[in-house]
Amino acid sequence: MPVSLLWAVDVYGRVYSLSTRGQQWEQCRDAVLEFKRVTAVQQCCWGIACDHHIYLNVHSSDVPIRYQEETFENQRWNPMDNFSDRLLPSDRWQWSNITGLEHQPLDSFFLPSTNWEWEGDWYIDENFGGEPTEKEGWTYAIDFPATYTKDKKWNSCVRRRRWIRYRRYKATDNWATIPSEGRSGPLPDPFNDISCGGWEISEEPRGRLSLWAVSLQGKVWFREGIHHHSPEGDGWEEVSLPGEVVQISCGPGDLVWAVLWEGQLIVREGITRDCPRGSSWVVVDSPNPEAGAIHVAVGDNVVWAVTKDNKVWYRRGINSYNPRGSGWIGMIGEMVMINVGLNDQVWGISCEDRAVYFRQGVTSNELSGKAWKAVNVPRDGDIRSHSSASSSSLHSAGCFFSGEVRAQSVMRACPSSPPPDPPPVDPDEASLREADAKSPPLALVLSPSLSGGPGDPQWSNVDLEETQTHLAVGPAGVRGDAADTCSLSSVATYTLCQEEPYGADEHPLWAWVSGGGCGVDCHSQLNWFNSATALSSSVQSMSLSISPAQTAAWRKQIFEQLSERSKREMDNFKHYEQAIEQSVWVKKGAMQWWRDWKPHKWVDVRFALEQFSGPEGNQDGILFLYYNFNEEKKYLHAFINEVTILVPVLNDSKHTFAVYTAERTKQRWPIRLAAATELEMHDWLALLSVSCCDSRGIQGPPSKQALWSVTCKGDVFVCEPSPSLEACPYPTPCDQMFWHQVGGHLRLVECNSLGVVWGVGYDHTVWVYTGGYGGGFLQGLASSTDNIYTQTDVKCVYIYENQRWNPVTGYTNRGLPTDRYMWSDATGLQECTKANTKPPSPHWTWVADWAIDYGISGGTDREGWQYAADFPTSYHGHKTLKDFVRRRRWARKCKLTTTGPWQEVPPIPLSDVTIIPCGAQSIVEPIPLWAISNKGDVLCRLGVTLLTPAGTSWLHVGTDQPFKSISIGGANQVWAIARDGSAFYRGSVTAQSPSGDCWYHIPSPVRQKLQQVSVGRTSVYTVDQHGNLWFRQGLTPSCPQGSSWEHISNNVRKVSVGPLDQVWIIADKVQGSHSLSCGTVCHRLGVQPMEPKGQSWDYGIGVRPLTLPLTLTHQPIAHGAFTVICLSPEWFVSVMATVKSLYVHVPRGTVFSIAFLCYS
Amino acid sequence: MADDKDVLRDVWFGRIPTCFTLYQDEITEREAEPFYLLLPRVSFLTLVTDKVKKHFLKVMKAEDVEEMWFDFEGTPLKWHYPIGLLFDLHASNTALPWSITVHFKNFPERDLLHCPSNSVIEAHFMSSIKEADALKHKSQVINDMQKKDHKQLWMGLQNDKFDQFWAMNRKLMEYPTEEGGFRYIPFRIYLTMSDRPFIQKLFRPISSDGYTHTLGDLLKEVYPVAISRDDESKRYQVVIHGIEPLLETPLQWLSEHLSHPDNFLHISVIPVPSD
Repeated sequence: MPVSLLWAVDVYGRVYSLSTRGQQWEQCRDAVLEFKRVTAVQQCCWGIACDHHIYLNVHSSDVPIRYQEETFENQRWNPMDNFSDRLLPSDRWQWSNITGLEHQPLDSFFLPSTNWEWEGDWYIDENFGGEPTEKEGWTYAIDFPATYTKDKKWNSCVRRRRWIRYRRYKATDNWATIPSEGRSGPLPDPFNDISCGGWEISEEPRGRLSLWAVSLQGKVWFREGIHHHSPEGDGWEEVSLPGEVVQISCGPGDLVWAVLWEGQLIVREGITRDCPRGSSWVVVDSPNPEAGAIHVAVGDNVVWAVTKDNKVWYRRGINSYNPRGSGWIGMIGEMVMINVGLNDQVWGISCEDRAVYFRQGVTSNELSGKAWKAVNVPRDGDIRSHSSASSSSLHSAGCFFSGEVRAQSVMRACPSSPPPDPPPVDPDEASLREADAKSPPLALVLSPSLSGGPGDPQWSNVDLEETQTHLAVGPAGVRGDAADTCSLSSVATYTLCQEEPYGADEHPLWAWVSGGGCGVDCHSQLNWFNSATALSSSVQSMSLSISPAQTAAWRKQIFEQLSERSKREMDNFKHYEQAIEQSVWVKKGAMQWWRDWKPHKWVDVRFALEQFSGPEGNQDGILFLYYNFNEEKKYLHAFINEVTILVPVLNDSKHTFAVYTAERTKQRWPIRLAAATELEMHDWLALLSVSCCDSRGIQGPPSKQALWSVTCKGDVFVCEPSPSLEACPYPTPCDQMFWHQVGGHLRLVECNSLGVVWGVGYDHTVWVYTGGYGGGFLQGLASSTDNIYTQTDVKCVYIYENQRWNPVTGYTNRGLPTDRYMWSDATGLQECTKANTKPPSPHWTWVADWAIDYGISGGTDREGWQYAADFPTSYHGHKTLKDFVRRRRWARKCKLTTTGPWQEVPPIPLSDVTIIPCGAQSIVEPIPLWAISNKGDVLCRLGVTLLTPAGTSWLHVGTDQPFKSISIGGANQVWAIARDGSAFYRGSVTAQSPSGDCWYHIPSPVRQKLQQVSVGRTSVYTVDQHGNLWFRQGLTPSCPQGSSWEHISNNVRKVSVGPLDQVWIIADKVQGSHSLSCGTVCHRLGVQPMEPKGQSWDYGIGVRPLTLPLTLTHQPIAHGAFTVICLSPEWFVSVMATVKSLYVHVPRGTVFSIAFLCYS
Repeated sequence: MADDKDVLRDVWFGRIPTCFTLYQDEITEREAEPFYLLLPRVSFLTLVTDKVKKHFLKVMKAEDVEEMWFDFEGTPLKWHYPIGLLFDLHASNTALPWSITVHFKNFPERDLLHCPSNSVIEAHFMSSIKEADALKHKSQVINDMQKKDHKQLWMGLQNDKFDQFWAMNRKLMEYPTEEGGFRYIPFRIYLTMSDRPFIQKLFRPISSDGYTHTLGDLLKEVYPVAISRDDESKRYQVVIHGIEPLLETPLQWLSEHLSHPDNFLHISVIPVPSD
């Protein structure tokens, strides 16, 4: 769980944040003003300060917010001046945007606000569509607008070049003021409430946010244009309303609710990707007709409300089709406000003690949760005054010395307090109070709109004397008012004054809480709830948790004494007889077996594992499988020490796993078994796994030299290389290598020979290996106690909606008889409807509903459709006359939660990562590690050492465009591929300057866009989009960029170069004996120091349909540095050797085999 | 850094070298040689002494043989205490091997229980586990297990199968993370110098205000004498499995890692040897 923050404002207007790892509220020190309200999301926090301006606090990140401005310089040739800025009158501007329609001289670009700064000056972009241009960056054409080329021809009459300049958002970790400007001048009245959300409406890369605000007059405003590159947004747009709004709440998705002055609620409808503002309001009645609603809070799928009597209500029946829900359920507890944060977790401020409460037990199945639990941690100020009794600040002192508290409250409520720092009294409320004091019965009639016109200074100039007299009415009166008039939910101030005379208490009084950025769920372990011991208990609270306290003295003592005891009691007496003779132990069970002969089917078998002590005292065992054949009892057996891998195979009908031995791998026919329940399967798998490890003497965590691999299901496997693995000339046959599972779920894994292992999940989350073992179903003995953490992964399941056009009704879901299913998978062969499509395995659970996927390659129209002339051809995002079919992709997110020896490396999600294969000899020497974020930023990790494999921080390496592939090889050679297909070499990367100094654009092979790069010791190989493999020629120490690309091969999907320049590829369309195969692992033969590009391919192992008889001959390939294993079916996707990666990407479900490589 | 799992192995595979000698007054046909054996600390005497019996029966007449029992320096050894506990309690500061005297006559009815067969040991062992689980999980875990699972626990102990035993026992050691520990810690404190066989009380691993109880807290509550004050020299050793854990060791951790197979934490409080 990465660290995230819960934000809150106390009744004095001070902003605090509480870290999920922390145990105290940290005051936001740089907030010079008092705040009324805050609304947080993960990347930033918005707030309304007491000056009624809106402020934005963007959290700093290793990747800066930068925006690329561009403009084009246009020139025309004439015989006199050659190319010059003298253009024809009909031509475009001399400086223009890309279309030529807008005049854009360099000096017309301004920073959007004072929160931005220029990174540097304007410069010329010399990259033209992935190819470097001549020095000046000019591209030529016959005329505007036309196709530009980088070469000047005889008929090139015009030319243009692109200038770029970056600006950077500098006001991070600071409250930056947001001007209250609408489209047409300043807004008429100040803000009263604010709510941020909506990031799930559109897909991630743009990072769009919705910000809703309520003005004092009850108008609602929507802030336009907030996204990653524009955290502040552009301006406010008014949203028409059926009444006057007092408070609004916006969820992460399309849920927006607001409370009307009269106590009803309104729900925004029509919020879509194209229209995040929505289209209309629908009124929902208050839960309690006597007491109108005063507050509402919405999440992904939940709505909570508070009524004037402080009762809490939960809205039943909310889903994406019905944002209105169906009915209210009264909940226990009295709150003044409620906030729904991430994962629909609920936070509230109690009416009674003004403490922040967390709703326990909120899960996706039980969104209403179970009970309220007070967040009970001190504020940083409290601790200071505890420890040093010297009350440096009035605030912190006020908490403990009641005399001063009174002084403080007097000062706060004193009208003479300086104007720039007015007390955080809600002005409208104050004036309400004032009105109430005079005429309480009319309270409900009074609405703020009566009190002043737009921009009326009265709003900011509160008559505090009146307030004070009112407050002096006393607790009883105030209580009465509260019930009647407290329609505005920020009721902080007067309750405060009511309580203060009784001596301020040790616990803070809160006014507002926002959990929108707080990534907790009901499983999170938080140290927030028992702070009675929090201060003194930092040691004890860790003793049970997984923490450095594992090295506590008591633990050390136990370990030491136990080993002393063994020495004392056993060392001299080894010759004594053991009291208990070792015997055979048998565990039996019933299973189903996918029988070996045709017709293949599941048959009931009895299953037994016999364990005994082997000749050398090691544990060994035999698996027996008893079955009936023609009424005859037969059995099948496998020696435990011959099992090479146990693979869980989850599908939705059966809990199955496969047992492989070397022989079975050659036959491509594992023992497939199905257990009755998942639990039973896991028990067996864990037992068999321990048994196999025991028989091979493997215990504890994987060694540093271990080989890591990931299956296409995301399971992680490890192989311990044996000393004889590389023995020349008879290396261990690789189908005898033993692979055992470690917990966790990853999409790719990278390691180096020093034991630094990084992985990336399907949701781009980054994980670093912690040094533990086990996790997942490997519980108990097969798992370490330390270093096992919860791991989650999220991925999408896709289905396609297909339609055909007919002249009468247009596009309908009625296809031709020959057409594919109208709801299908990508190939169209399988019917996949929304209802019958299940998550990939029982471990995955749906976490969202089906949604149209607009991110599919080829583009879509506004409704997500892609058009084509017929199925299956290439699709495009707009309809033409020739298109008769269309399809759109639906995605549904599912989530998996497991455990494993992995710890998250927050916060930046990655798409690619590379670690230098070898290097660092000492434990403190930095290990170069580069990565590409899911947005395409190139990042260099600092502080990665053997002791700190997670490193400390990312160093952002600026690029002019997003990147997609990166590789680091020997001698810190870093090569990368940009999204436009151009290759880059990073210059001057050294241990002293880990991020290098500049990018060298390497021209791509002619007319080819590169996809992937891999760097060995001296070789650089790339693969382009058409599957060609290219070798970089002319690399020398003095010229690390090389000179030219040489074509090696075609039909290549992926390349991996080892640290000794060994070359492995995944090839398609390899001619097999019966058919063409896909995803074949091939090895380059004849690679020699003087012959770095080798001679020919060895197409050793390939994919063939499972129905063909297979005799996979595996042979030690090449010169002993590598060996190859062939482990059959659909499991292995990517394999990392100790030193370098070998990727095998195969579509799910395809049967294939794969090679592992290892390095001596 | 070693893993906590190693503690379980160390505890399980703890062995006490023992020398069995026949009591001098037993009638033998020829002189009985002493018998040397490595006894598992976590097992029970009568469960692992078949070999001893066989050894001595060779030199005795059948009519002279009644139920076998053991003593150490005149103290009859209770078979229903784990062997390691007996050793820690009575012999922890004596020289190894542990010298046990074997008797076939004059069964001390007042001190010992009869043990006619292994099924009696099994019944005793299972009832201990059930009692412990009643304390830890209100018996929920043990009741959810099947008969064969119970059998597996017993067979694991009987045949010295660590994996087999722990495959089942780990379920008894689980607890809801949000509670931070068991309901009560199953423990027994044994005193050599007391008439009471042992002390057993209800004691929670976590106090109501979230404080993690340690071994020291337990002793303070249950047997404060065992803790020496700062101003005095140490009078008692607090021994579990032959080692003296620090008093700040969390009780929950001890219960999970240093409990005997019967799921009880057997704690011996013995006087510091005077010399």
